[in-house]
Amino acid sequence: MAELLRFRDDEPVDHPAVTVDAFLDQSNAAAVRIEPGDDARALIPHLDHVRLVEVNFPAFTDGRGYSAARVLREAGYAGELRAVGDVLVDQLSAMRRCGFDSFAPDRPFDPADADAAFRHWPHVYQPAADGRVPIWNLRHGTDNG
Amino acid sequence: MKIVTGNDLKTGAVVWWTGVDWSIHVEDAVDAGEQAEDIATREEAARRVNAPYVIEGEKTAEGVRPAHIKDRIRALGPTVRPDLTLKPADPTAGNWVI
Amino acid sequence: MYKYDQYDQAMVDARVAEFRDQVRRRLEGKLSEDQFKPLRLMNGLYLQLHAYMLRVAVPYGTLNSRQMRALADIAEKYDRGYGHFTTRQNIQYNWIKLEDAGDILADLAAVEMHAIQTSGNCIRNISSDHFAGATADELVDPRPYAELLRQWSSFHPEFLALPRKFKIAVIASEADRAAMKLHDIGIRIVKNDAGELGAAFYVGGGMGRTPMIAPCIREFVPLDQLVTYAEACLRVYNRHGRRDNKFKARIKILVHELGADEYTRQVEEEFAHLLDQGIEPPRAELERIKTFFADPAFETDLPEDIDRSDPEFALWVDRNCVAHKAPGYVSAVISLKPVGGIPGDASAEQMRLIADLAKRYSFDELRVMHTQNIVLPHVRKADLHALWSALDEAGLAAPNLDQVDDIIACPGLDYCSLANARSIPVAQQISERFAANGKGKILGELKLKISGCINACGHHHAGHIGILGVDRKGVENYQLLLGGSEADDTSLGKITGPGFDEAGIVDAVEKATDVYLARRQDGERFLDTYRRIGMEPFKEALYG
Repeated sequence: MAELLRFRDDEPVDHPAVTVDAFLDQSNAAAVRIEPGDDARALIPHLDHVRLVEVNFPAFTDGRGYSAARVLREAGYAGELRAVGDVLVDQLSAMRRCGFDSFAPDRPFDPADADAAFRHWPHVYQPAADGRVPIWNLRHGTDNG
Repeated sequence: MKIVTGNDLKTGAVVWWTGVDWSIHVEDAVDAGEQAEDIATREEAARRVNAPYVIEGEKTAEGVRPAHIKDRIRALGPTVRPDLTLKPADPTAGNWVI
Repeated sequence: MYKYDQYDQAMVDARVAEFRDQVRRRLEGKLSEDQFKPLRLMNGLYLQLHAYMLRVAVPYGTLNSRQMRALADIAEKYDRGYGHFTTRQNIQYNWIKLEDAGDILADLAAVEMHAIQTSGNCIRNISSDHFAGATADELVDPRPYAELLRQWSSFHPEFLALPRKFKIAVIASEADRAAMKLHDIGIRIVKNDAGELGAAFYVGGGMGRTPMIAPCIREFVPLDQLVTYAEACLRVYNRHGRRDNKFKARIKILVHELGADEYTRQVEEEFAHLLDQGIEPPRAELERIKTFFADPAFETDLPEDIDRSDPEFALWVDRNCVAHKAPGYVSAVISLKPVGGIPGDASAEQMRLIADLAKRYSFDELRVMHTQNIVLPHVRKADLHALWSALDEAGLAAPNLDQVDDIIACPGLDYCSLANARSIPVAQQISERFAANGKGKILGELKLKISGCINACGHHHAGHIGILGVDRKGVENYQLLLGGSEADDTSLGKITGPGFDEAGIVDAVEKATDVYLARRQDGERFLDTYRRIGMEPFKEALYG
């Protein structure tokens, strides 16, 4: 098991995640793993009993997992969202913004580099799944009228 | 001959494998033979070169000549700016490329 | 002009620090080249034929004299004294050292510039109409919308690893001076029947190996939903764009394979969902941005007369000066296409001169055109002779806007590691040929565009005459295309037949123009004659 970097206080799920197909067949599993080609929206009807969604990044250049993460957070999913696979330190900030709250990289991060990555951006331009207030709201407040 | 070429990691300069080190002058390139790919892999891992690759070339009376025009342009510099090539004093240097 | 506030400045400063750290980790071996490459590309840094190349963003093509001077300083301090203006309104330097890259980005940040997302599989610099804010034919100035999209797309966390690069252009007039329909997303600001402003979205255009003209997928997106709609377009692409084949990964292939109707349906579904997510900026932000693009203080009661007694000056005025919305003003185009020159290249001295002239004659404003020229957008007619004299002295007064020698050319095999053939020498020889035989003066509007490979950075598909360099068994070979246009009458050129060698392609271009000169009717441009008489007469002249 890869080293886990986790930003949650609850107990991690202690059993392996099942594939989306297996999950949809017998949807009582609490942990499911999304591959890049899977439709994250297929999980939405069943999210109330999911506690861990792993999003696999077989190659760090494949960005579909970022959309998968936001889709799940936008659907109200509040469980653990874990990026696994070819996850690199320079992606951590964007992944966190898309809603990931744990990371299981194939190769462990340098802790100092990971820490710096999360603290790097003083502001953000656009809203995402992390609740950070975008610059345009800092300029004008939150009123959208 | 098999020539190993790439770019210097820090400066980006075009470089050629001389048998012991890297040179910006294609004339210094050696035939790396069957070792060529291994040299490229080893030197890249040691960060002495960036994006190395192996090309064909031949030794001619004028020196080492890469087989493809792209590598001859890399060896000399842009044909449209003779002043920025490695042979700025030689206005006919560009003929070697073509 | 847009000015950074503390937030914009903090973001570019943070980017500089981030990239310095990434370079450090690369040099220390913590990052492999495979891992580092997407990071350096998203900071505009390529590994090219001779060295690293840095592409600096000129958002929507607009900059001021201080910024232009900073570009000149970078050319001298870190490069070899020149830069190359590109077909996406950016500038690139050819001889950059990786170890200098952080310092260059810091120098750029000091003048509110950056190289963010000028390469890589992300949303690139937003381009726009080079006459924005100056032309009479625009509905509004499109640049505030481009700036809003610049902010939205900068470091967008969901769209940093797209299937492929993503280019957006924004215009606001019927005339298209930004090749809008040949972008991944082209946006035209329009007015609906109720008199409200909105955005028409054209999605899935592009050049490259599979050129496509973007279909309009939505004729009117209300302005307070603009960012949300763009986000929906991008999300559908990020989720469903092809990743199995790099050559089929652009959004044009997705739109083509799904069909525009199905792509649109998916976007609309995503859009309906995203409307509830609160991602649209507050309306006040667009209003804030607009204040930066207010008209400069144009003088009134200016003379309209121009003393045309100097014929060379008069020719330059006729060719290079474009009507302005304010009486007594024009937009003046500074050609970077002298006969025999390298299209788009400018030396540091030329950049400084252009900066000075912008400060003196154009309210301190400059534009980079996608045709690789520079515009002084707001020049008093009364100042034109002085401006022209200064340009002429510096070799910058070629009177050739949209003429046969106003050639778009990519850097080609002289600089680019992707190229198959050299583009610049062909451009040089064509401009010299048409200067020597005098035909250049009588051809009228003729847009000639040269790419050194199928990636089409030189827009060869969209040239009235296009040239594509290919590699034929290790020898440079050039295909000729006719009938393309990047303007509002967008069309894609067709290949005439077998290619030519370097000397042969110059002859072929001349033969094609001879057909036009022999067959043209009153007022017809080359493109019009081609469209009327078709390919056959040209083929006959070329191969018959």
